[in-house]
Amino acid sequence: MRHLSSGGLWLFMLLLALGGLLPVEAQSPKDAAFLSTLNELRDASYSDKASIAERLSESGHPSVRAVLTALLEDRLYVRNGDQKIFIVRTTDADPLTLVDPVSLKSVGSVAADSMTLVGTNNGLRHTLRMTVAHFSLGSSDTDARLDAVHEMSLSLDDETVALLHKRLEVETNSRVRKAIDTALALAALDGPDGSGRLTAIATLSKSESQDVRNRLALLLDKSPDGSFVEGDPGVRTAAASAVASIDRWRNFYSGIQTLFFGLSLGSVLVLIAIGLAITFGVMGVINMAHGELMMLGAYTTYVVQTAMPGHIGISILVAIPAAFIVSGLMGVLMERTIIRHLYGRPLETLLATFGVSLLLQQMVRSIFTALNRSVVTPDWMSGELKLNDALSVTYNRLYIVIFTLIVFSVIMAVFKRTRLGLDIRAVSQNRAMAKAMGIRTEWVDAMTFGLGAGIAGVAGVALSQLTNVGPDLGQSYIIDSFMVVVFGGVGNLWGSLIGGISMGVINKLLEPWVGAVLAKIFVLVALILFIQVRPRGLFPPRGRASEDK
Amino acid sequence: MKRSTMFILAGLLAMGIASTKDAAAQDTIKVGVLHSLSGTMAISETTLKDTVLMMIDAQNKKGGVLGKKLEAVVVDPASNWPLFAEKAAQLLEKDKVAVVFGCWTSVSRKSVLPVFEKDNGLLFYPVQYEGEESSRNVIYTGAAPNQQAIPAVDYLMKEVGVKRWVLEGTDYVYPRTTNKILEAYLLAKGVKPADISINYTPFGNSDWQTRVAAIKKFGSTGRKTAVVSTINGDANVPFYKELGNQKISAEDIPVVAFSVGEEELSGLDAKPLVGQLAAWNYFESINTPANKAFIDQWHAFIKNPKRTTNDPMEATYIGFNLWVKAVTAIKTTDPTKVIAALPGIETPNLTGGTAKVLPNHHITKPVYIGEVKADGQFNVVWKSAGEVPGDAWSDFLPGSKDIEADWVTLKCGNYNKVTKVCSGQNFK
Repeated sequence: MRHLSSGGLWLFMLLLALGGLLPVEAQSPKDAAFLSTLNELRDASYSDKASIAERLSESGHPSVRAVLTALLEDRLYVRNGDQKIFIVRTTDADPLTLVDPVSLKSVGSVAADSMTLVGTNNGLRHTLRMTVAHFSLGSSDTDARLDAVHEMSLSLDDETVALLHKRLEVETNSRVRKAIDTALALAALDGPDGSGRLTAIATLSKSESQDVRNRLALLLDKSPDGSFVEGDPGVRTAAASAVASIDRWRNFYSGIQTLFFGLSLGSVLVLIAIGLAITFGVMGVINMAHGELMMLGAYTTYVVQTAMPGHIGISILVAIPAAFIVSGLMGVLMERTIIRHLYGRPLETLLATFGVSLLLQQMVRSIFTALNRSVVTPDWMSGELKLNDALSVTYNRLYIVIFTLIVFSVIMAVFKRTRLGLDIRAVSQNRAMAKAMGIRTEWVDAMTFGLGAGIAGVAGVALSQLTNVGPDLGQSYIIDSFMVVVFGGVGNLWGSLIGGISMGVINKLLEPWVGAVLAKIFVLVALILFIQVRPRGLFPPRGRASEDK
Repeated sequence: MKRSTMFILAGLLAMGIASTKDAAAQDTIKVGVLHSLSGTMAISETTLKDTVLMMIDAQNKKGGVLGKKLEAVVVDPASNWPLFAEKAAQLLEKDKVAVVFGCWTSVSRKSVLPVFEKDNGLLFYPVQYEGEESSRNVIYTGAAPNQQAIPAVDYLMKEVGVKRWVLEGTDYVYPRTTNKILEAYLLAKGVKPADISINYTPFGNSDWQTRVAAIKKFGSTGRKTAVVSTINGDANVPFYKELGNQKISAEDIPVVAFSVGEEELSGLDAKPLVGQLAAWNYFESINTPANKAFIDQWHAFIKNPKRTTNDPMEATYIGFNLWVKAVTAIKTTDPTKVIAALPGIETPNLTGGTAKVLPNHHITKPVYIGEVKADGQFNVVWKSAGEVPGDAWSDFLPGSKDIEADWVTLKCGNYNKVTKVCSGQNFK
């Protein structure tokens, strides 16, 4: 001790004091062992972390699951001040709410920048997911149990099989039961009992999973000398018919999935075209700034989201009316200041609105910079709805299909059931007569354009969930939206709906065959040919636009 | 005020402007900056313009070069390829700049190449590209395919054990050439053609449902599958979103990207991307004193502590320092002499290594593979042993493996070792 400088002495005493504190916090020897293993995570390499996680899970401590789940979900942090490890309740909020990793009790909160994340990499996360799966088998959440069974079926050892058998006895959910049956059948496939294997194949043939199919297909493989890997011909025949049956079902479901892809692409097309169908179709105004009105809607979503942090889920719903108002007002402003002076002069309107589109783009660049803005996808819109092992639909697309149908019905209702709709239809059919009947046609024009622009804004909210929110957002969709309106028939909303959806479906049916680039070209060529045959689109127009011709 | 007085005043004013301009021309060395400040490429290129301005500013504070201050001449080619050539001619012929830092896309570089060769200019090109080129008038400080794509594939093959490959790209020259090289490389490594799937999508593709479903199917054979992505720019966000939504995680099918960096990640919600890979020669998260100083300098210059740094910025930094070093060594800014002096010049890079100009006008660079973290930064999981020398002509393409570029002894950017013929600047 003689050589210790006074600074060193202080440090030594501090360490002694800390050492004295630790046993007070960790009440039992089990806790202490758990905590000391946990503390090794602080500066371990990724491969060391995997073995530490293994030791933690073998310790059988009650809070293992919480700790490993937190590590997996990037919620395990080290406090910079004293190097203590904490679980953080959610990483979205600042300050972070700290949870003690041993007692799992909340121990206050701390600013996010004073904590350092315990990092993970792909390999480590994979190991952790396997480990956590064993714990999730008892979870009350059906999807968590399904995921757990799925993870476990990838590495079936005796211990896993025993766990699955135990779970099957108490499991009530039919989907989980089926998944466990499949996993156990996979395990039985390697068993010595011939009839047991045949029963296993019979069970497996009811599955739609690609993993199961691959496993069964292995039974049909030949070894290099030409003989079958599988000695039992009965097993081979059963496996062959099981593989064929699984393939049949998978092809059927993949067809349905392609149709859904088409439907969802089609509904995006309808959504971006429907505002244009009102301004171009009903009013005859070629609005080149239509894309930029969508962009305004997308930026409105960003602003709303920034204004209400911590409420990402609701912010999208708030953004819908907000975007309608922002883009709608911009539309009314455009109509009042520019477009109304140019009615009946389509070429000038085209140029003027193109100028407006450049103005709006530059305005957005000046306010938000040219960099893309990040719009967060709320949890309820991410992920997929798994119908079975072969068929699942992503939530964001599903919601957009539903959203498009709602928007379309609302617009139809406005046109058919409201005074404004009646006025719009009257003005579009015969302006002079409508004026004579006392309709304020100028006001109707402004409202119609505002309605079309507002719908474009609403489409922008949907696009913010699918693509980049940047100044160029509108430009990439303007061509598509014109195509839909022309294809569907100018002036007919039903035409836009059917035109958009059929274009989407055709595109998606072609894509697996010829690739995305050619599919787009084919659709364009087909559209040109179609217009040659039926110049007025699917549903020939009625309205002011048609009178001019 | 009488009209005549106004006339005289205007004349005086014009003379004043002219004379100060002349004085400035005598005291400064002009540096051209040829990056798009508007249009689609503005997002990426504006950052590089600011980087060059920052470097010039810092150099001037140190007293400039050869006792003269540096003066930036910034032009805006507006993401318009023919305009790149016009603006390059303006820089070289009218402004008489000593050196130009610029271009991002390969097509813009190809468009200015004849101008630089005719006017004997010097261009520092700071972006990773498809190779198959070596011009006397260009120093390529970005990565050639053997400094980015091939090491990334090696990493996946050896460290991750990938057996099946999806080469997914946007439909234009960089992905097509890179994928051609990668395909030849994979086949040479014994990968079966059935285990390679190559696909192209249009620019700005936003509907990835079918492609991602196809990748999922391709990867479901039970053998480890990876995606090598040369998807460009804005199409990346919907691609990664779709991967996330269809529940394909980096643990199942990792995606290694060659054009997704810190700057691109700052514009999107990085959570669905966690664990996805990128291959670069520089990451902002690499902890070296030089890098820390560079990041601090950048934040102070751009007055925004949240701005990220990225790989092309480091390449710009290296290019600028190489030029300053060469000019200081030979005490002239004459492009012919600087070009002759550049091979062999070394400068420290930002990650603790050395960048050296090679006879083929490419440089030595370390290769890093990083995993995306939730905060949009990268966690380095692999680095090359030392620096990799840039190879202008790929050894894996049948047409170009006999071609060699050497501006020191052979004085040729396209020398065929078999026929012993120099075919000028461009291959074919």
